[in-house]
Amino acid sequence: MERRSSAFTMFIYACALLLAAIILAPIAWLFIMSISPAADLAAKPLRWWPQAADFSRYQTLLSTAENSAGAAFTSSLRNSLEIAGMATLAALALAIPAGWAVSRTPAIGWSLSMVIATYMLPPVALAVPLYMGLSHLGLLNNVFGLALVYLTILAPFTTWLMKSGFDSIPREIEAAAMIDGAGLFQTLRIITLPLAAPVMATSALFAVLLAWDEFFYALLFTSDQRAKTLTVAIADLAGGRVSDYGLIATAGVLAALPPVLIGLVMQRALISGLTSGGVKG
Amino acid sequence: MSSTWMTTRAWLLMLPLLVVMVAVIGWPLVDTVGLSFTDAKLVGTGGNYVGFDNYANMLSSSNFSRTLVTTTLFAVISVAAEMVIGVLAALLLNQQFHGRAVLRALMILPWALPTVVNATLWRLIYNPEYGALNAALTQLNLIDAYRSWLGEPGTALTALIVADCWKNFPLVALIALAALQAVPRDITAASLVDGAGPFNRFRFVILPYLAGPLMVALVLRTIEAFKVFDIIWVMTRGGPANSTRTLSILVYQEAFSFQRAGSGASLALIVTLLVTVLAVAYAALVKKTAGSAV
Amino acid sequence: MLKTITKTLVGAVFAGGLLVPHAFAETTLNALFMAQAAYSEADVRAMTDAFTKANPDVKVNLEFVPYEGLHDKTVLAQGSGGGYDVVLFDVIWPAEYATNKVLVDVSSKITDDMKKGVLPGAWTTVQYDGKYYGMPWILDTKYLFYNKDILEKAGIKTPPKTWEELGAQAKTIQDKGLLKTPIAWSWSQAEAAICDYTTLVSAYGGDFLKDGKPDFQNGGGLSALKYMVDSYKSGLTNPNSKEFLEEDVRKVFENGDAAFALNWTYMYNMANDPKDSKVAGKVGVVPAPGVTGISEVSAVNGSMGLGVTAVSKHPDEAWKYIEYMTSQATQNQYAKLSLPIWASSYDDPAVTKGQEELIAAAKLGLAAMYPRPTTPKYQELSTALQQAIQESLLGQSSPEDALKTAAQNSGL
Repeated sequence: MERRSSAFTMFIYACALLLAAIILAPIAWLFIMSISPAADLAAKPLRWWPQAADFSRYQTLLSTAENSAGAAFTSSLRNSLEIAGMATLAALALAIPAGWAVSRTPAIGWSLSMVIATYMLPPVALAVPLYMGLSHLGLLNNVFGLALVYLTILAPFTTWLMKSGFDSIPREIEAAAMIDGAGLFQTLRIITLPLAAPVMATSALFAVLLAWDEFFYALLFTSDQRAKTLTVAIADLAGGRVSDYGLIATAGVLAALPPVLIGLVMQRALISGLTSGGVKG
Repeated sequence: MSSTWMTTRAWLLMLPLLVVMVAVIGWPLVDTVGLSFTDAKLVGTGGNYVGFDNYANMLSSSNFSRTLVTTTLFAVISVAAEMVIGVLAALLLNQQFHGRAVLRALMILPWALPTVVNATLWRLIYNPEYGALNAALTQLNLIDAYRSWLGEPGTALTALIVADCWKNFPLVALIALAALQAVPRDITAASLVDGAGPFNRFRFVILPYLAGPLMVALVLRTIEAFKVFDIIWVMTRGGPANSTRTLSILVYQEAFSFQRAGSGASLALIVTLLVTVLAVAYAALVKKTAGSAV
Repeated sequence: MLKTITKTLVGAVFAGGLLVPHAFAETTLNALFMAQAAYSEADVRAMTDAFTKANPDVKVNLEFVPYEGLHDKTVLAQGSGGGYDVVLFDVIWPAEYATNKVLVDVSSKITDDMKKGVLPGAWTTVQYDGKYYGMPWILDTKYLFYNKDILEKAGIKTPPKTWEELGAQAKTIQDKGLLKTPIAWSWSQAEAAICDYTTLVSAYGGDFLKDGKPDFQNGGGLSALKYMVDSYKSGLTNPNSKEFLEEDVRKVFENGDAAFALNWTYMYNMANDPKDSKVAGKVGVVPAPGVTGISEVSAVNGSMGLGVTAVSKHPDEAWKYIEYMTSQATQNQYAKLSLPIWASSYDDPAVTKGQEELIAAAKLGLAAMYPRPTTPKYQELSTALQQAIQESLLGQSSPEDALKTAAQNSGL
């Protein structure tokens, strides 16, 4: 262990404090805005701490009274949950067999490489035909349609993660089970999948986060409460036509809460996913 | 079990994924190529074949070249800054100090924040009349009057880059940190005995371990930065005077606001081609770095 | 013969089968509005509630997007089978919407009473090529608002009658140290900037188009932009105006940080509401000024209409909803944020009470409303002009060059 001079130790702590401040200040400010009275937020000089905390905006946004601003917001919350859930399940259903196949049969690995290469495609290159196709199928402004489109993003990524997960499970274990007379699917069910459970969980988390974050397709393919997602709802609020900055901040806090909680609770799994399977921002 | 059967079985297991990918990516891409040679509108009939007109018009327009420069600036500067700050943060987090575990946990916060929320947050912070940045800088006497951060071409792109960087540098830091933790202790110890200074120690002992993972992060972040849409759409919509308009925003405008699906498609494909060239060049670089690193 | 009877019978059964459940089942309409400005979101919800109470078999889902998203959302929703039934549209879009068959022609549904009762200026909002594509709903133009308190302190007796005078008064206010930058505009790279520009074009007697070709780069169109640039460079205009939308202008004005502001009708009663505004009771409003020798007042037609989309499966219910929303009773009830489209409302004490000053300004302003160009390529023209305005303000280009480039890029 290297010894450190006290000056260096001081420097380390100063840097650590600075880093903590950089990370926390904007997030803290988002929360403070959400509970500050509107007048405080328009004050000059700005009031950094509300005289009285005002949680009424949370109530406004989470109320489900019919035909209210809250109903619009909660429906977008529900849509985001539904779409992220469906897209994640579908992505895993595709990724698990494909990931296993590529892991055990490297000869077909090039097909996965091609799938992963689609990550380079900007969504704008697919948007017009997808729009026309969804329109043709009557799936515009529809949670199923959007979940289907999200597979363009989720499926390649989860397959990649699953493949590297299966890579770390020795195939000898499978071979041993098969020698004992177990069929392929039995082996997979009893041996491989339980061992791959942590990777499956990590893949699912990433898929949920990616779907929750998506904005471009949602902006194009949804139009109202039946399918509009949280990200679009927030962009609408932030569009410069809502004068209560606190309300915008409240919506931001509510939308950030699920992924931030997932991030904090599951960070070990997420970081291992980030570093082992590769990386994805 | 024969290897042909193994391969067939593997293809069968791949099939569902491939079918879906062809449906949601392959077919739309082919269709985009077809559209790009027509003057089709977004809504209505198919449009007529116009050959390479759309491509020629797009490539020769001043809008395109200007937007390309803006996009490149955004991608290069924001990714470079994320790399540098991320590695510095990782070096810090690899030191021992009280509260390190908490600080490491906090790093996940900006990354987990949805992109649109991040953009909204920074838009509020940059507000020219009531924003926190103006208030803080004025109260600290760093500026004497409130400024229009997102309204001046000189600062708008920088302001966007800062917002993007804040969200993404922690990711680089976490990847770099994981790589740092893989550096064997005895190697650093040995270099200390050899009397290597801190800079040389980083350059020759630690950096080779970081190079591989960082290259991957660099490639992915650059591709993403090149495709950027969300943060700009929410914060500036390309203004002021189009100084923050990126390629994706330009395609959106062409294909959806102006409803010219055909020329929008040609522009989208030009962007795709640029990203592909970029990615292939990078991939070659990754191979080289990864080969020489360990 | 038998065949015909069978056909008729089948037809009748079919029609009956379609109609009977229709009469009882609940119809759901989807309507697209914009968030804030003119009627507030809460007002639209309240109006809609009243409509559904009176028509319990119809349910209306409301969707609010910022003005900047209104056009794209409307167009994009066209592709979806279950898109919007009723959409709010700006005065500049009927040409495009009619050409691309976004809205249905409702000429046959406009009654004589409507034709007589609604102000003629309002009708221009929904007409294209002699046909009606909806009902006008928001009759609006930009007025010059001023802070009476600040003007009084500066010793200014009457608000400006000309744009030149506006500059002079702002200079006085600045010189006396009352405000650093007295004038606020909405010059963000958005349609809002075009509305301010159009107001000035009308003051300088300019033309957007001549024989279908751009003409804003000459004469009054050029003078208008030059005025904006001069006002910006002189420091009399709040430099943040180039980042403002209307709501930012309102916030600045309500905070007492602007002596003059160009904004829509809705700001009058909002800025006079002591709950949110620091300048309540000090808000003055006059028509936007004119230019000596050319115009007395100036105004932009910023009206908006409600129309039925071509993809609506319930056009009759949708029209019923529009009729309710645009009816004189509804409009009078909510006249505090948006003045009615109905001529006789302007003499109704229930409407004018408490906002006599606004009504007086409206009588002059609404009569002078100047249209933005009617063309199916309006979006491109507007985008090009927005760029020209911003480049000139930022000094990247001279107004002459910027407008010439815009004329080339306008798609016309």
